[in-house]
Amino acid sequence: MKIVIIDYGAGNIQSIKFAFQRLGYEAILSKAADEIMAADKVIFPGVGEASSAMKKLRESKLDQIIPKLTQPVLGICLGMQLMCHSSEEGDTQGLGIFDVDVIKFSKEVKVPQIGWNQITNLKSDLFKNVKEKEHIYLVHSFYAPLCEETIAEAEYGLGYSAALKKDNFYGTQFHPEKSSEVGEQILRNFIETIETPV
Amino acid sequence: MLTKRIIPCLDIKNGRTVKGINFVDLRDAGDPVELAEIYAKTGADELVFLDISATEERRRTLADLVLRVAEKVNIPFTVGGGISSVEDVDILLHNGADKVSINSSAVKNPQLINDLVAKFGSQCIVVAIDAKQIDGEWIVHLVGGKVPTELNLFTWAKEVETRGAGEILFTSMNHDGTKDGFANEALAKLSTELNIPIIASGGAGNMQHFTDTFIEGKADAALAASVFHFKEIEIKDLKEELKRNNIPVRL
Repeated sequence: MKIVIIDYGAGNIQSIKFAFQRLGYEAILSKAADEIMAADKVIFPGVGEASSAMKKLRESKLDQIIPKLTQPVLGICLGMQLMCHSSEEGDTQGLGIFDVDVIKFSKEVKVPQIGWNQITNLKSDLFKNVKEKEHIYLVHSFYAPLCEETIAEAEYGLGYSAALKKDNFYGTQFHPEKSSEVGEQILRNFIETIETPV
Repeated sequence: MLTKRIIPCLDIKNGRTVKGINFVDLRDAGDPVELAEIYAKTGADELVFLDISATEERRRTLADLVLRVAEKVNIPFTVGGGISSVEDVDILLHNGADKVSINSSAVKNPQLINDLVAKFGSQCIVVAIDAKQIDGEWIVHLVGGKVPTELNLFTWAKEVETRGAGEILFTSMNHDGTKDGFANEALAKLSTELNIPIIASGGAGNMQHFTDTFIEGKADAALAASVFHFKEIEIKDLKEELKRNNIPVRL
């Protein structure tokens, strides 16, 4: 099992690498296109601001590589947001994998949302052995509204996408690597249960 | 529903926990990593490591500790204490800290908040504010509450938010160490006037104090040290009590 974490200078990559290590898997950090394409599973992390992260992707030409990947890909937090059509943050054009536009939370709630929220309406094997209303850890100011590709929901002033899926592409707004045992189960599912679509 | 967070705080000196810690099941009572793992397993939502070392090697020791914590702990953690530059923050986040907390350096150079937010994003920049109520006015203090500034708590907190900080950790020097409850009036004012999460700190003595700070103080999270370290309050019991009081928690 070759797990590659895309290292493009905008992610909490060390934490994700350690999370896999705790599960007994060695993940490789890489920004080399051939290494990413040859992986069995790809993790696309991201923290920080959308437009500068997208700029880094374009500079390393990874914006061309990622949408063409055929093995399971998991975007985390900003990684998930960049896989969407666009983001209101920095007026950013995304990778367009998920057909949804990321927008900012309204001022009716505290922004950023920081802490543990619940996931519901779980619709994918990514959540195998994960119960409805389990808690996951999130830190974010922008969100993907509910859409056809939503496979988990959370509520913060309104319902929104806690996770998305399209074909071989998965994205979680929350941080599975920081979500205690629940997060570990989700990472384990991504590695052990999710297969490359035929 | 977003839950209220319970955050144990570990004081660190030269890579070791400082305050006496009464955990019989600890192999090494001074090892922050082992203690952090126990807290993560027993229901803490987040951890704060506050470095109070004053040695030359401080930066390297702290960066090394962060790496060891990130390796073992599966919940988020914040690192604070003596952080004063973009470079400091870069290494701590790179090594696996989820957030960093700045205090005196932000008062001395408020532009640091903007610089950190521009480079790393609001979500990982916590500004810690220590304040003391003197003749009715809340005055920001530095050096662990020893040195008064000219800043009013609420004015400074608003500026911190405007400059982009993602969260405020407010410690009342009047309440810290008293075990007499949190500064709920000031907390509620902060929480109402600002639109970023507020962490309550200083004064935790019993479980009712936590209920009060979430309801009356409108706090988003509550931080404490000794009541957890000395097992006066078990986090699991505390969360069950909060749940009985209709406060959303992760159990």
